[in-house]
Formats: sequence, C-alpha cells, structure tokens
Amino acid sequence: MIGNLLLLIPLVGALLLMLPNFKDNARKIALFFVGLEFLVSIAAWLLNRSSAHSLLSIDITWINAINAHWSLKVTGVSLTLAILNAVLFPIIFASTDKNHSDSRFDYANRPLFYSLGLFMQMAMMGVFITRDAFSFYIFWELALIPIYFICLLWGAEGKEKITLKFFLYTFFGSVFMLAAFIYLYHHTALVTNGGYKSWNMQDFYKAGQLMTPAQQTVIFWMLFVAFAVKIPIIPFHSWQPDTYTNAPIQGTMMLSGLMLKMGLYGLLFWLVPIVPHALEEWKSIVMLLAIVAVVYASLVAFVQTDFKRLLAYSSMAHVGLISAGILSGTRQGMDGASVQMFAHGVYIVGLFYIVHLLEKHTGTRDIHNLGGIRNLNGQFSNLFLIILFGSIALPLTQGFVGEFLIVTGLSEISLKWAIIGGLSMIFGAVYMLRSYRSIMLGDVVKTNYTFGAMDKKDKFSLFFIAILVLLLGIYPQLLSAFAGQDILQLLSK
Amino acid sequence: MKGLIVITLLGILSLLAEVFNVKKLIYPIAIIGLLFALIINTTEWNNTFSWSYSDKMVMFDNLALAFSSVLIITALLWLMMAKSYFNETANVVEHTSLVLYSLVGALILVAFKSLVTLFLGVEILSIPLYVLAASRKKDILSNEAGFKYLIMGSFASAFLLFGIALLYGAAGSFDLEKVTQTLSQEHLPYFTYTGIIMILIAMAFKVSIAPFHFWTPDVYEGSPMVITALMSTIVKTAAFAAIMKLFMISFYPVFESYVHIISWLIIISLIIANLSALNQNNTKRLLAFSSISHAAIMMLLIIANVRTNLSVNALLYYAWAYSIANITAFAVLRIVAEKRGETIDSLKGLAFEKPMLAFAMIIAMISLAGIPISAGFFAKYYVFSALLISPYKWLIVVALLASVVSVFYYLKLVIAMFQHTKQNHKEQFEGLSISGREVILLTICSLLLIASGIYPDIIANIFLVK
Repeated sequence: MIGNLLLLIPLVGALLLMLPNFKDNARKIALFFVGLEFLVSIAAWLLNRSSAHSLLSIDITWINAINAHWSLKVTGVSLTLAILNAVLFPIIFASTDKNHSDSRFDYANRPLFYSLGLFMQMAMMGVFITRDAFSFYIFWELALIPIYFICLLWGAEGKEKITLKFFLYTFFGSVFMLAAFIYLYHHTALVTNGGYKSWNMQDFYKAGQLMTPAQQTVIFWMLFVAFAVKIPIIPFHSWQPDTYTNAPIQGTMMLSGLMLKMGLYGLLFWLVPIVPHALEEWKSIVMLLAIVAVVYASLVAFVQTDFKRLLAYSSMAHVGLISAGILSGTRQGMDGASVQMFAHGVYIVGLFYIVHLLEKHTGTRDIHNLGGIRNLNGQFSNLFLIILFGSIALPLTQGFVGEFLIVTGLSEISLKWAIIGGLSMIFGAVYMLRSYRSIMLGDVVKTNYTFGAMDKKDKFSLFFIAILVLLLGIYPQLLSAFAGQDILQLLSK
Repeated sequence: MKGLIVITLLGILSLLAEVFNVKKLIYPIAIIGLLFALIINTTEWNNTFSWSYSDKMVMFDNLALAFSSVLIITALLWLMMAKSYFNETANVVEHTSLVLYSLVGALILVAFKSLVTLFLGVEILSIPLYVLAASRKKDILSNEAGFKYLIMGSFASAFLLFGIALLYGAAGSFDLEKVTQTLSQEHLPYFTYTGIIMILIAMAFKVSIAPFHFWTPDVYEGSPMVITALMSTIVKTAAFAAIMKLFMISFYPVFESYVHIISWLIIISLIIANLSALNQNNTKRLLAFSSISHAAIMMLLIIANVRTNLSVNALLYYAWAYSIANITAFAVLRIVAEKRGETIDSLKGLAFEKPMLAFAMIIAMISLAGIPISAGFFAKYYVFSALLISPYKWLIVVALLASVVSVFYYLKLVIAMFQHTKQNHKEQFEGLSISGREVILLTICSLLLIASGIYPDIIANIFLVK
C-alpha cells in the first residue's frame, strides 16, 4: 500500500511534467510531488514504529509467464533508504533556481529536468523496497536512463564521451547481474514448496545457499561486478570522477547521494546473503579491493584543486569503507554500513550543495581561486563547517556512528583492515579541513567576487541538512533501531 | 489459412486496380484488407482441426497463426510508414501487389508442412523483394542492391534446393513428419547431413547470419528506406519461424550433428556484426549490422531448444519486439532522411527541433538495446533464460558481451540527437514535416513497445507455459 504510493507519486509527477502545459511552474509542481513523497515516507516510518506492518508490504503476481511478483516491503534498511530517497529529493530540487539567467544552470525550471528527476526517484525507490529479483533488476536499469539523460543534456563540455562511458560501465555490470539472477531463478525450483520457480528474495537466499562452491563463486563474481561498478570499487571506478565532475550539480547529488546506495544495498541484500560461502572464500580479495579504493581515493583527493572533483574522490573513499563493512560480513560492519549509507547520503548532498552555492556566487570551484568567504558570509561558513564535520566523522555526527561501527566490524576480521580503514578517516579530515581553510579562511585577494546573502531556500536546505547530521549523530536510534533488526535477521539466515 | 487466401486475393485485386482505374483507392483497400486478414486469422485460433490442404502442404496451427498475426501487424504498421513511398512513384499498383505477395510468401513460410512449400515460401517471399530493392530505377545504388540481392538470393535458393533434394533422397518424401521419422532412424546415409547443412546455409543467407551476411549492409544501404524496413522485419520473422520449424522441431533427431555449427555461426555473427556496427556512419548500414546481431541472438534460441513452449514463446516475442522497434526506427529515419540524408550526423539536433521523433527513436533504441522497460528487454530476457537451462550455458558470455557492445552503437544514435550542430538547427530542419499519420504510427509503436515491456504476458503467454 505505502510501497505503491511511494512509487506512484513520483511517477505521476514525472508523467504530469511531460505534458506540455507546465512550462512556467515546473519547479513548483516537482517540489510539490517530492514534498508529498517525503510526507508519505514519514508516514511509513511512523507506521513501522507502530508496527502496522500489513500496510507496509504488498505481494501480487505481476508477470504470470515467469512468476514474477510485484512484491514491496518498506521495512528495515529498505525503509531507511526509502526515507533517504524521499528526504534528499526535495533538497536536490530546491537547489535549482527559479530563473535560469545563468547559462550554466540551464536546466532550472525545465519541465524535462524535473520529470527525469522524479522518474529517477521512482526507479531508485523501487530498487530499495522491492523484494522480487526481477523487478529489482528492472528498477535498477530504469534508474540508469534518467540520470543518463540528465548528464547528457546538461553536463559540461565533453559530456558525450563521459556519459557513454558511464552508461557502458554500468550496463556492463548489470547484464552480468541479469544473467546471475536468471541462473538463480532456475535453481529456485529446488527450494520452493511446489517446485515452481520464483524470483522471491527469500527463495533466492535458499537457492543460492544450496549451490556448490563453484556455482556460488560464479554467481558471486557476476553480482559483485554489477554492484562494484555502481559503488564504485576499484578496478571499476574509472567512470566515477569524470561523471561526477561533468554532470550538472543536481545530477551529481543524485548519483552520489542515492544512486551509489543502490550498489551498497545490492551488496547487502542481494549478494552477501545469497552466496555466503563464496563470500567467505573470496572475502580477503574483495575486502582488499574495497580498502584499496579507500586509500587510493583519499590520496588522489589530496591533490585535487577542483572542489567538486575532490568531493567525488572523497565519496569514493567513504563508500569504499562502507562496502568493506558490508563485505566483512560481521554484524557491526553491516550495522555501521546501514547507518553510514544514510549519513553519507545526507552530508555528500550537503557538500555538493555547497559546491553549487560557491559556483553560483563566485563563478569558480577551484580551491586555489577561492578564499576568505567566511568574512563575506559567516552563516554559510558555519553551516558548511557542520556538514563538513559530518563528513569527517566527528563525534556527535551521524558519520561518526557509522564509521565507528564499520571500523569495529573490520577489526573483528583483522586489525590491519581496521587500521587502514581508520586511516581514511584521518585522511578525510586532513583534505577536507585543508580545503575548508583554503576556501573559507584567509583574505579575498585572489579574485574579486562577492558572496552576498544566501537565498532563503538555500539557507533553509543547508540548515535542514546540518540539523539532520547532528540529530542522527546524537540520537542514531531513530533510524538504526529497525535497520539493526533487519541485519540481525539477515545474519541468522 | 483464410488469412493467406485473403491476402493473395488482395494482391490480385491491387493488380486489377490498374485495369479499373482505382489507383487512389489501393492504399485504403490494402489496409482494410490486411485488417480483415488479421481478424480472420485470429478466428481460426485454437481450432482443434488443424488445417491441412492439398496433401499436407501447409498447416495453420496455433504456431503458424501467431506468427502470421505478428507478420500481418508488422505489415500494417509498415504500410502506415510507407505511404509516401507509394505517393512518389508512378508504379503504385505494382509496388502494392509486390509487397502483398511478399507477405504471402512470409505466411507460407510460417505454415509450411512440406519441403516443397518451404521452397515456394522462400521464393515467393524473396522475388518481390529483389524487384522492390531495385525500385528506384534511376538510383545506381538501388540497382546495385537489387542485383546483389538477386544474385545472393539465388545462390541461397540453389543451396536450399540442393539440400531439399538430398533430404528427399534420404526420406523419400517431402513431408516434414516423414523426414523426422527418417531422421530418427539409425545409420543414416551421409548425404542426409549434407542436406541439412545446405538448408542451414540457405536459411542463414536469408536471415543474414555471418559468414553469409555480406550482402546485408550493401542491400540495406542501397534499397529505398521503406524496403529496408520491410526486409529487416517481415523477412526475418518469417525466416526465423521457418528455421524454428526445421531445426528445432523437424530435424531434432539429429540435433547434435548441427548444433555446433550453429553455435559457431552465432559467435562469428555476434563478433562481426557488433564490431562492424561500431564504426558505421550510415544509419541504414548500422541497422543492417544490428539486424545481423539480432538474428544471431534469435539463433541462440534455436540452440537453447529447451523443447517446451518457452522457446516458441520466446522466439515469437523476440520477433515481435524486434519488428516493432525496427519499424519505429526506420519510420523516424525515413522522415529525417528526406531532408537531411542518412548519416548519423543527420540526426544532430533532432531532440531540440522535433522532440516527438527523438522520443520515438529513443524508445526504439532502448528496445533494440534490450534495456527495461521495453519489449526488447523481455525479448533478451527470454533468450538468456532459455539459454541458461540449456546445455550451452557458455554461450551466454558471448551474448552478454555482445549486448553491452550493442548499447554503444544504439546510444551513438541517441547521443547524436542531443548534439548541437554548428549551424542553427531551425534552418536545418525547416520543411521537415511530420504528417498526422506518422504521428499516429509513432505513437502506436512507442505504446506497443512500452506496453509489451510492462506487461509481457500479453504476448509471452500465448502458448501457455507452466
């Protein structure tokens, strides 16, 4: 019921905006729909607390020929990510401006832009809440199409090549996922009661666990490639920095805040429980890949001067740590990952929002050309600092809770993973604080620009993000309580 | 069977139209006649008495009826797309009847019951197309296309005839059931296998599977755009129905003897087609290589041969999805080509000037590339699914890689539509008009592609699988 609503609202919005008569108030309509979606997600959260679970799940047959079901469940980690999806989109849409006098922000108030955005929200919502492998794959692919067009239409110079590379990488990953899913589907006949084939998540778990080690290994790598491309984990990462830098800022927010969570969610729910034995066998290798991503991305982030590109690498480092937490297979690691997924989504969107404001007000993103903004706008710099603290996992921010749990989980496997993973937090602190110093402190001497008062909506959005970062840092139980139960169930299988 | 008769009569009627001087009415008559044929076709559905005329020459069972319905629907959509082709030449009558006879050949090809009718079907399907390919008399490329198609097609026919003769030598009958009975015996004469391989080669020519594909890009490029669309949809669907009847059902007793040959043909086709498509600059040539690649993927279904309705459904669905997507793409390309030529660059700026065309083209490309939520995705899914329960699982690797590479060149067309040109687009697309009929056609096609992508049961459940 709620699941259907969560999918229907953005879809209706997307279709409505495709009609030609909404040229002038496209932005308002889009904000209305994402706002509605946000309210519904809050309702889902309340229902989950009051344990009215019947409203949160649905299961009907969709395609008879292959026994694919329309099976949605908005609980546990799915609920967390659904809320994240619903929380971030109002912020992403709010970051666009009403008038597009500036040619760089050409997408503002274009119906197609918001339509694609809403479509993307729908697809990602589907990925997070579906319990049926077939529709999971469909939503997974669907999410790719709108973001591809957002990047293609409104990206910066050289977008054709970059978006093509992005599309090919992710498509490459997902066809392997499709093949793996079909293979699993044919095996489910062994575990269901009537001997029929099924796409159900639980049946997939049972079918996967019954497989021989060799079969599990094949499935493991096919799925791993699909998710690793999306996250991205080395060596499938080379599309990421270019795409993040080149995409319009809202596209970057969607990619970093939400789309890569699809990969992490996939690891957590569609890889680890399906092939646990193969994971045990290959754990050291995949964790090595994840940790290498952390260190590599942190080091590359050090030398970036474009703040947007720096954040792209920083995001790669953070999600590397999250994937290491998931792949560790420990309870703390996975718990931490589920918390950190939310935290990362919130602060990375906040940081990209700040990049957007910097570019809008000063016309540049180059760290060396910026400076002294604190003297021009103190409020902005304070909000920036809070969000930045969230990203470097300072205690009392949600980032701290997540990364602390992940590192604890890693230490259960081996102390060296924990140490290297923990190092990334220090690295992160160094390059983030350094860029903060360079952008915000000092004098405005390098170029002449002004940084006047922020728009009301920008102020409000940043304020909202800062509150979220702090609130969930002080009282993480708000979201992590039910996510934790989900993971406990997952591990008991 | 009644559908076949109706369409044959329709062909004769359009020839007579010249005599009675009702040329202008031909187009509506053809459309109404085809609709009538479609309806009458569906009324025969589930007829427990399977039709069998003149010593078991053709049999219209459910399989044949389903395929002929797809063929007639494709022909209808094609007619909607090709209206202006009929306007521009003086030979309306001949063209209409040639197209209709070609369709008759296609219907025979999905319903043959004997090797004689197989040959008849192939010839009736092909000969009108040789003429149509060369129908732009003053265009040297069109002449070349027609000539090349004729020579290559005759080659294939010779192979087919020789193969049939050899099989007849072994079985002593043209009837497919007798052939199957003979093939299930032990100690077959060696020339039986030669016969089967020769038939395989002939059919590979017809559906352009590598290494028998060399005619395809040239013929596709040289023929008028609408005829290319006809060749890439109706011919493929009909020929694949025939291949399925032969190599999946009738020759099944000796399946092991040719399956490896087919699998190598598939691998070669997928590699050649996808790599060649990457560097094409002409949209028709690109779609020619794409059609080779799709033919190879449909061939995978023949190999997978899981001996259930699943394969039949999958092939039917694939033919459906592929035909509609191809008609859509060619309809858009034809409109653009009128003013701007056939290169990929001619699509530049289309998304800004004619969003309707660009939208239909995107749906078609997404479907051809097999991305959800389009009919093409389910088509691809059914192939993979059949393949993964067959003994030839390893072929999935080639199919997956081919599917990734194919995305590259389909997206090339999409990207081109969103590229800005140096000159002002407005001027470039000036005079490019889309008629109401084309709007309706593109809307129907896009809706069909999306609807059968969201709810594939409509077609995928025709032959119930459980």
